[in-house]
Amino acid sequence: MGIRFILMVNKQGQTRLAQYYEWLTLEERRALEGEIVRKCLARNDQQQCSFVEHRNYKIVYRRYASLFFMVGVDDDENELAILEFIHLLVETMDKHFGNVCELDIMFHLEKAHFMLEEMVMNGCIVETSKANILSPIQLMDKAH
Amino acid sequence: MSGMRGLSVFISDIRNCQNKEAERLRVDKELGNIRTCFKNDKGLTPYKKKKYVWKMLYIHMLGYDVDFGHMEAVSLISAPKYPEKQVGYIVTSCLLNENHDFLRLAINAVRNDIIGRNETYQCLALTLVGNIGGREFAESLAPDVQKLLLQASCKEKAALCLLRLFRKNPDVVNADGWADRMAQLLDERDLGVLTSSMSLLVSLVSNDYEGYSSCLPKCVKILERLARNQDVPQEYTYYGIPSPWLQVKTMRALQYFPTIEDPSTRRSLFEVLQRILMGTDVVKNVNKNNASHAVLFEALSLVMHLNAEKEMMSQCVALLGKFISVREPNIRYLGLENMTRMLMITDAQDIIKKHQPQIITSLKDPDISIRRRALDLLYGMCDVSNAKGIVEELLQYLSTAEFSMREELSLKAAILAEKFAPDLSWYVDVILQLIDNAEILLPYAASKVREYMDKIAIHETMVKVSAYILGEYGHLLARRPGCSARELFGILHEKLPTVSSPTIPLLLSTYAKLLMHAQPPDIELQKQIWNVFKKYESSIDVEIQQRAVEYFELTYLVEDVEDTADQSAIKLRAQQLPSNALVLADPQPVNGTPPPLKLDHESASQTQSQPNGDLSKAQSQIPSADLVGEMVDSLAIEAPPVDMGSHQRVYREEDGIPDEVDGTAIVPIGDQANKVEPIGNITERFNALCLKDSGVLYEDPYIQIGVKAEWRGHHGRLVLFLGNKVTSPLTSVQALIQPPAHLKLELSLVPDTIPPRAQVQCPLEVMNIRPSRDVAVLDFSYKFGTSMVSAKLRLPAVLNKFLQPLQLTSEEFFPQWRSLSGPPLKLQEVVRGVRPLSLPEMENLFNSFRVTICPGLDPNPNNLVASTTFYSENTRPMLCLARIETDPADRTQLRLTVASGDSTLTFELKEFIKEQLIAIPMGSRALVPAVPVPAAPLAQPPSPAVDANDPGAMLAGLL
Repeated sequence: MGIRFILMVNKQGQTRLAQYYEWLTLEERRALEGEIVRKCLARNDQQQCSFVEHRNYKIVYRRYASLFFMVGVDDDENELAILEFIHLLVETMDKHFGNVCELDIMFHLEKAHFMLEEMVMNGCIVETSKANILSPIQLMDKAH
Repeated sequence: MSGMRGLSVFISDIRNCQNKEAERLRVDKELGNIRTCFKNDKGLTPYKKKKYVWKMLYIHMLGYDVDFGHMEAVSLISAPKYPEKQVGYIVTSCLLNENHDFLRLAINAVRNDIIGRNETYQCLALTLVGNIGGREFAESLAPDVQKLLLQASCKEKAALCLLRLFRKNPDVVNADGWADRMAQLLDERDLGVLTSSMSLLVSLVSNDYEGYSSCLPKCVKILERLARNQDVPQEYTYYGIPSPWLQVKTMRALQYFPTIEDPSTRRSLFEVLQRILMGTDVVKNVNKNNASHAVLFEALSLVMHLNAEKEMMSQCVALLGKFISVREPNIRYLGLENMTRMLMITDAQDIIKKHQPQIITSLKDPDISIRRRALDLLYGMCDVSNAKGIVEELLQYLSTAEFSMREELSLKAAILAEKFAPDLSWYVDVILQLIDNAEILLPYAASKVREYMDKIAIHETMVKVSAYILGEYGHLLARRPGCSARELFGILHEKLPTVSSPTIPLLLSTYAKLLMHAQPPDIELQKQIWNVFKKYESSIDVEIQQRAVEYFELTYLVEDVEDTADQSAIKLRAQQLPSNALVLADPQPVNGTPPPLKLDHESASQTQSQPNGDLSKAQSQIPSADLVGEMVDSLAIEAPPVDMGSHQRVYREEDGIPDEVDGTAIVPIGDQANKVEPIGNITERFNALCLKDSGVLYEDPYIQIGVKAEWRGHHGRLVLFLGNKVTSPLTSVQALIQPPAHLKLELSLVPDTIPPRAQVQCPLEVMNIRPSRDVAVLDFSYKFGTSMVSAKLRLPAVLNKFLQPLQLTSEEFFPQWRSLSGPPLKLQEVVRGVRPLSLPEMENLFNSFRVTICPGLDPNPNNLVASTTFYSENTRPMLCLARIETDPADRTQLRLTVASGDSTLTFELKEFIKEQLIAIPMGSRALVPAVPVPAAPLAQPPSPAVDANDPGAMLAGLL
């Protein structure tokens, strides 16, 4: 299994989205998120790389304005592919929301989850076409 | 959120919360609200349910426990409309895991969607099962999912879903014929289907590639198609690159096949790889650059894996060499990582060595991720030819490295130095620098030196170094075979005739140290060493002579005081017995026991003045006794003095009160039926284990329970060794842990029977949640023949085990000290009734429970400052600082100030230190674990009315 979790956290360290592909108890999640956020937020994205090794995870992260996207992967994932997967996710959200921002994700958490649901299954990337990812959401919007 | 106003309002409220407390209040209010709605309104519309269930997910995401409403989330799965159904699926898979009871309720609804006609619903259902499906899902759904594999739509999802079910329950799911279906899936043209199919293939071949060889040429075809950009729809093109993720995944799948036999497939693959290696240029656009390099790095991995074409390999090394020196940190990081992988290939090493200067530069990179990679690579590429340079770089870095990297760094340097040392003196230099830098390496260093001593001829310098290290740290090895103080002495003394006279004083010092460190004291060793000292008392060399005389006097003096300690311990016991007898008659027997034990040091000083023959000498030397008092203390804690046993027996015979009184004093054993008496003193055993990590916890005629513990941060692993001492089995063995609230304890299964003469190991995982001095109790029982034996034993998982020694400089100490101002984070207390210790002894005491003294920080020489790191899950690593202000005029009182970033921790640590200062056996507090400040009576100086020389009067005062 490649991807273990996907987190979106803002500059203040508040979690805006959390999706785990392995079961952790609430305490474990809280501890893990706290540790990772502290590590990543302290980094300088100009000079430092986008990868952080933490416990048995490798965290691939990318910052967009005030929001950090962090993906925890196994040791043997292709880091750059995950880094661009983050960007694909952001572009997909852009396509749907139009210039996505932290508030869009906060107030439309369900849509962010629907997109992830289409893109990742049991920790594997399963879909990378934006049109295919967004089609169930459009289906739902039509239903309204 | 489309139409869900309540939810938007809630999210806005949360967003506007000024602090965590306000957020908690708002969340609690909302949870109450949802709970009421779920409870009162049975006929909740799916729309309303949906709204509440989203709120639950939101709250869960914020890190709050949502322990209700799972039923409602699950029930949405069977809602007729798509929006509600989808919410049901997503929230269920976020909130529940496969072991959750409510998930069972969903099986039917999920099955209905899987066998239904609606493709969208099928996908939802398959994703849920693929994410969290467990055994019951496998049992009831596997055949239905398998049918979907043949269908036109959703088949890739069905495949991944089936994979999960198969992984979790291989016995339930039938995997026959998967290889054929897998190959069929790879014939698809649709890149979406191929993406998920390739994930499936990677998972399958990573376990077992055999049987999937038919997939290999198909993978190469897919790769060719992508690399040549043939028939790739715009949707799957990312910044001009045909689906980089599918390319990466396909190459990953190929790396699981050991070789490629078919020449034409092989040729095609190498063509593609060559194209990727040559055709990837650095471009301006970050995303395009990353995506193309993702493909390039994967191609590098694949080439390394295939390890065939020499020319291509050197191309790879050249590329990596370029990568490790570029400005882009991501590429630098990956360059180092892949170069480390490249080391596996035999002839690559020499080319990699050419890049050593650049790699060493990366060891000083501002980014810790890159430094770690550089360290790994340097470690991997080190051999005899470059060891000197690399190890010296590592040592240099060690002095500035962050705390989190030091351990790994020192170990790696030590291993390399040992493996590749070009000459001995260099090795010694390295080891000394390491010892200087890292305390954790002390036992390692000592054991290595010990190994060297076995060699027949060793250089005199090595003898000196070994003597020093073994004298200082040899006792850390005391438990290993061949490393007892006596054996160390033997092996060093063998070398004495061969060394020159400047080395002899060094050896004498070592002997004195060995003697002092020997636990329990070794009479035989003492005799041998005294003989040596005696022999050199008349040496012609003044240095040797002086040392011999002084060491003899010093160790002789210790011996004297030990006698006294012996006596006092016995006396103490004598006082305990009557007091216990009284207590037993008391209506509250459990709480009645503590006082006598706690007055240890007073009773100890009492006994010194007992008119008991030759003790008068020790009495007249009380100030000098202070000098060695530390050793006396540790004796009392570590093990019963040598001749204690005989005295104990005397008591047992005389009083007819079995030694179980001891046990009773600790924790009530509870029943008189317990006829088996423990061997040795349970309290002392516990106390000893509080300061060290292995030893005997309990012993009786039938069983011995040993403990070995390792501590790391807030985690610990304690192994209980249950040893059957007799030739018949011990049955009905039970071990229950009564954990205090602050510890999470997990004891592995304890077998019901311990076979004759067998030893069973039971690991116990310990996690420290928060600071507390409460103690875990092991409720242990077994049956021997017909008699039931039970004991309640305190486990040495005590506060100081979660401390890590840490020495601060004044620049580090004082800003922290000042920033923690006043209660509750900084607490101060005047402690009276402290057992008198000289400053060096007190330093030793603090260091022994891992609160490290920082020498020279406090301008007043009568004060000590100390620091340590405390680990618990709640506090995380937390710096703790302490200051002890002593009164040279009155050693029985001092002022103690403790500070940390957590008020509970400050309080608990302060109380803990107080206990240590006031009493030997430090564990006496746990007599009444529930009472928070049991040491209170001790904080008062003993009433002057009690005649300090009359134990009877003192006892009366106590009771």
